[in-house]
Amino acid sequence: MSSSPLLPKMMKAHGVSRRSFLKYCASLTSLMALPPAMAPRIAHALETAPRPSVIWLSFQECTGCTEAITRSSAPSLEELIFDSISLDYHHTLQAASGYAAEQAREEAMKEHHGKYLVIVDGSIPLDEPGFSAIAGISNLDMLKETAEGAAAIVSVGTCAAYGGLPQANPNPTGAVAVSDIIKDKPIINVPGCPPIPMVMTAVLAHYLTFGIPDLDELGRPKAFFAESIHDRCYRRPFYDKGLFAESFDDAGARAGWCLYKLGCKGPTTKSVCATVKWNDSTSFPIEAGHGCLGCTEPDFWDNGGFYKPLSAPAGEYRRMGQAALVAGVAAGIGGGYLAKKNKAKAQADHETVDAFTLEKEESES
Amino acid sequence: MNNPYFDLLMFARGPLFDLALLVFVAGILIRIVEILVLGRKKDFSKAKGKPVQQGIKTIFTRTLPRPGAIKANPITIVGGYVFHIGFFIAFLLFVPHIALIEALTGLSWPGVGRVIIESATVIAVIAGLALLYTRWKDPVRRKLTTWVDYLVLILSLLPLITGYVAVNKLFGDPTFMMALHILSVDILMIVFPFTKLMHAFTFAMARYYNGSIQGRKGAES
Amino acid sequence: MRNSSNSRADLVQLKEAVANLPTGNAPPILSEILEALGRLVDRAEPTVIDLGAIPFTGGDEKVLQEVLGNGEVNAVLDAMGESHIQETGIPGVWRVDHSDPKGEVQSRFIEITFVPDILKTQSEDALRGQEILAERLSERLRATN
Repeated sequence: MSSSPLLPKMMKAHGVSRRSFLKYCASLTSLMALPPAMAPRIAHALETAPRPSVIWLSFQECTGCTEAITRSSAPSLEELIFDSISLDYHHTLQAASGYAAEQAREEAMKEHHGKYLVIVDGSIPLDEPGFSAIAGISNLDMLKETAEGAAAIVSVGTCAAYGGLPQANPNPTGAVAVSDIIKDKPIINVPGCPPIPMVMTAVLAHYLTFGIPDLDELGRPKAFFAESIHDRCYRRPFYDKGLFAESFDDAGARAGWCLYKLGCKGPTTKSVCATVKWNDSTSFPIEAGHGCLGCTEPDFWDNGGFYKPLSAPAGEYRRMGQAALVAGVAAGIGGGYLAKKNKAKAQADHETVDAFTLEKEESES
Repeated sequence: MNNPYFDLLMFARGPLFDLALLVFVAGILIRIVEILVLGRKKDFSKAKGKPVQQGIKTIFTRTLPRPGAIKANPITIVGGYVFHIGFFIAFLLFVPHIALIEALTGLSWPGVGRVIIESATVIAVIAGLALLYTRWKDPVRRKLTTWVDYLVLILSLLPLITGYVAVNKLFGDPTFMMALHILSVDILMIVFPFTKLMHAFTFAMARYYNGSIQGRKGAES
Repeated sequence: MRNSSNSRADLVQLKEAVANLPTGNAPPILSEILEALGRLVDRAEPTVIDLGAIPFTGGDEKVLQEVLGNGEVNAVLDAMGESHIQETGIPGVWRVDHSDPKGEVQSRFIEITFVPDILKTQSEDALRGQEILAERLSERLRATN
């Protein structure tokens, strides 16, 4: 299956001109945040890239990531890019089911041992193997078994990358990320809930053309996760001027002011949402008037509340503050009276001494 | 997979802040209530002036330096002013801080833009460093200074410095720097009731007391 | 209480406000263009500036348009969606804007060059052209015979 039908041949078959291909490469370069001078290299790499076998594993997930990536193919060349991999197993998208499906996975693993790419969406439950299983194989076993012969793993979505929603406090299934289990393979994390479709395909394109991209300390490709949403946000000038929406329907919100006070997590969230945007660059959450939830960051479900400003405390501060008020006043009154009593006692114990007694004491000693 | 910087930030915003708030609020209240409960010995003499009026007046008049003070200790007086004003602009007019105060108390007011906040921060830090320098340079003041005085001054400067670095992403991971910023504030809140930082609350009481004693004797402040 | 048509008007207003909000990124881009133009004149060295790499809004575009103006060449590519390739009023400075088949903007570039590469016929396409033309001619020959 992966006897590498090269991209140019396929494009020719689809009646795509070389000029269209160059145009696509230029746009892809821009999307991957690479310098424009790299476009010819991307073109060359795409032309010569072999077609790797891909096994897509879905664990504790909502299929949102798959839904999203299927929406990425609006420009037909991206469809071609997707055609330039051989998706041998994806239990939501593949036609085969049951034994035939699992057989496809096993065959791909055997045939392309050491060369295939594994894409994972969803987290893996460790508390009970039965919490999530496919064809009677627990997620943990399937991941270990499939990762063994993989060239690399792409963790798509925040669940696979960092644990995501299943791992949110109190983490009832003991969910963990792929990188918590697999330690000996290169892992590319493409977090997001879901990730931007174009980012997913661009990372795959990058893998096909240049191999593993530059990753940050959280395993994310730097091309898409190097800058905070806040730094690229079109509402940033309002933040700098000190103009903030106080509620979702006030005059400030209507004028497009900064959503920081309404809980926007843009300042601590790294993603290209503000520049690449969503739905074919139509908009992104902040442009739609809602603050960023921070979905590309680990533990974003437990970041202190989606509608709480980042600077607001995240704990039990209200109860603590009230307790402190009562305790402080009570202890203050108590301490005050104690001191008063000590003072009174000291006064009572005080012996009056006159000069004669002192002189007497002195002569005695 | 966790982001250790994020975990630190959540610790600083969460449990540690709660603890800091407890120590801060309870500590300040204990000290103030204690002072109030202890009270003062009643003065049975007939008032020659207006003690209450003079007391209140003194709270404000003592805000200005007495004549000649600026000439005698220019850095201490001017630096002191600049530090306090800069600190309070950065603290009370930066909108994320207002959001914090609103979350705690429900009170809110409009903030100002980044240029003012950042200029105030930089100027306050420079003033604070100048104060630190004069304290250390002058042999008399150096003798009078305890390690707690240095600690308090440095702890007051740290939130300004870490906040500036975090917001401008000067160096380090921004999330880590933000965690450090909030940590530095937590620590400042914890040491607050036990150090001379208490002057932020007791200054009014002390000035009123001084003013009313003088006022009772008929002196004008 | 506001009715839906009112909030829609607000939305349109908001969109416009957003689109026209300059970020202040146009002036540095313009001086970058000037510098690149110098390299083109001195060493025939072309430069490509990716406008997608920085925040660049409608307001910024306006500033750019005001300074650069319109030039002599205005070409439209029809290659998997339209692309607009225009020489600006500053000869040697080109705007290259790619859209996808739905008309959504894919990428925006400023090229400082004598002619943007994408305008030229690619040798692979020329080869295909040769094949197609030869085929058409032979078909024609067969038809007339």
